[in-house]
Amino acid sequence: MALLDVCDLKKSFDRTQVLRGISFSMEEGETLSVIGPSGGGKTTLLRCLNFLEIPSGGKIAVKGETLFDAADPHSLSEAEIRRNRLHFGLVFQNFNLFPQYTALDNVSLALKLQAKALPDYPSRRRELNEQIDQNCEELLRRVGLGEKLRHYPHQLSGGQQQRVAIARAMALKPEVLFFDEPTSALDPELTGEVLNVIRQLAREKMTMVIVTHEMSFAEAVSDQVLFIDDGRIEEMGPPSQVMHAPQSERTRQFLRGYER
Amino acid sequence: MFLTVLNSLNQGFFKALEIFALTLLGAIPLGFIIAFGSMSRYRVLRYPVKLVVWIVRGTPLMLQLLIIYYGPGLLLGNNWWGGGAAGRFTAASLAFIFNYACYFSEIFRGGIQGVPRGQREAGQVLGMTNSQIFFRVTLMQVIKRIVPPMGNEIITLVKDTSLVRVIAVYEIIWNGEKFIKSSGIIWPLFFTGLYYLAFSGLLTLLLGWIEKKLDYFKV
Repeated sequence: MALLDVCDLKKSFDRTQVLRGISFSMEEGETLSVIGPSGGGKTTLLRCLNFLEIPSGGKIAVKGETLFDAADPHSLSEAEIRRNRLHFGLVFQNFNLFPQYTALDNVSLALKLQAKALPDYPSRRRELNEQIDQNCEELLRRVGLGEKLRHYPHQLSGGQQQRVAIARAMALKPEVLFFDEPTSALDPELTGEVLNVIRQLAREKMTMVIVTHEMSFAEAVSDQVLFIDDGRIEEMGPPSQVMHAPQSERTRQFLRGYER
Repeated sequence: MFLTVLNSLNQGFFKALEIFALTLLGAIPLGFIIAFGSMSRYRVLRYPVKLVVWIVRGTPLMLQLLIIYYGPGLLLGNNWWGGGAAGRFTAASLAFIFNYACYFSEIFRGGIQGVPRGQREAGQVLGMTNSQIFFRVTLMQVIKRIVPPMGNEIITLVKDTSLVRVIAVYEIIWNGEKFIKSSGIIWPLFFTGLYYLAFSGLLTLLLGWIEKKLDYFKV
């Protein structure tokens, strides 16, 4: 069974249709890259999948369980949306780290807030928080930031901040991790360290959806590539096909822009 | 004579301090409530709140003091405040709280709206509730942003307390001025200035200290 099933997802802002029916599915452990021109709907797709925008139509299912169905108003309640978000993690283009917290606290905050809801929290408070801190330190070490646990975001480079953001998204053990142009806000010499972390996650079979303009990276890391233009999937398939033998004229035209 | 004056000024200053402290205590929470009202997505709430803020900020505090104190008695035929000093003090405090809450609300609104949308969204995708996002993510950044403009308002408040005399709450300038009439001396008035200077100097130091404390992160 597919891990993530997206069916005919639509989104309009007032009169403008940004997503005109996107359907795809992915298996556990797959990496999917989403490419396409700016304004084509890539970011809106990620925002809809994380419920930062509420889709105007379509369905989203994880492991066969329907999380969202535009036809069912129940799936729009605030508590429901919050629960649904926990299936997914999102790494933003601009990191969006919380500036007043250290790297470690950025990663552990949401987990500590969740722990507070446990029935035995009052009696095990210390133990629970220590456990969370240990896990989060481990995550930061995995993204190469074991030395920067107590640094505040403004003391870190862009690449380091983005790696903290990846660790923060991983901390909640999402079933699918989404990346919205994770290196677009970085200086070229800093993109490598972030891409390496994502490559590592792909090797570890994390299920990921990556919106990116880094074509050679997308080709190397993905199992599937999705080319989106004008709110529609123009082409979808393994990178060897989409990037080297595209069926659609629009895809060919887009990729030519990168050859220069 | 010197001790008589000092004693009287101390009493007046203490009265001013009471108004000052009560105003901050009341106007900060009320200011947040008004700020949320003025940002509400519901027009029926947003527009009236904005109207009230406009009226309060657009008219002199002295006028508001007079209306709040005399209004109930003269318009409704029922003087809520009673005739005594305690009633006048209550009326003055409420007028100050309401006036300053409206000014603060605009500062808070600016501070809240100045926090990038991505901060809220980062909290949302981490499954936080709205109140967790406000208290754990937004609030600290709001505080850091509003300390400098709040410092300005707070220093202004120190000096605005002198207005309560229009409804005969005996603050420090009133107490200093009365020696002109009774003894023909003006130095007590100069002295009142020193109280204001010393107190606002203290506040400036305190605000500077708070700014420095919040320097550990950048927004």
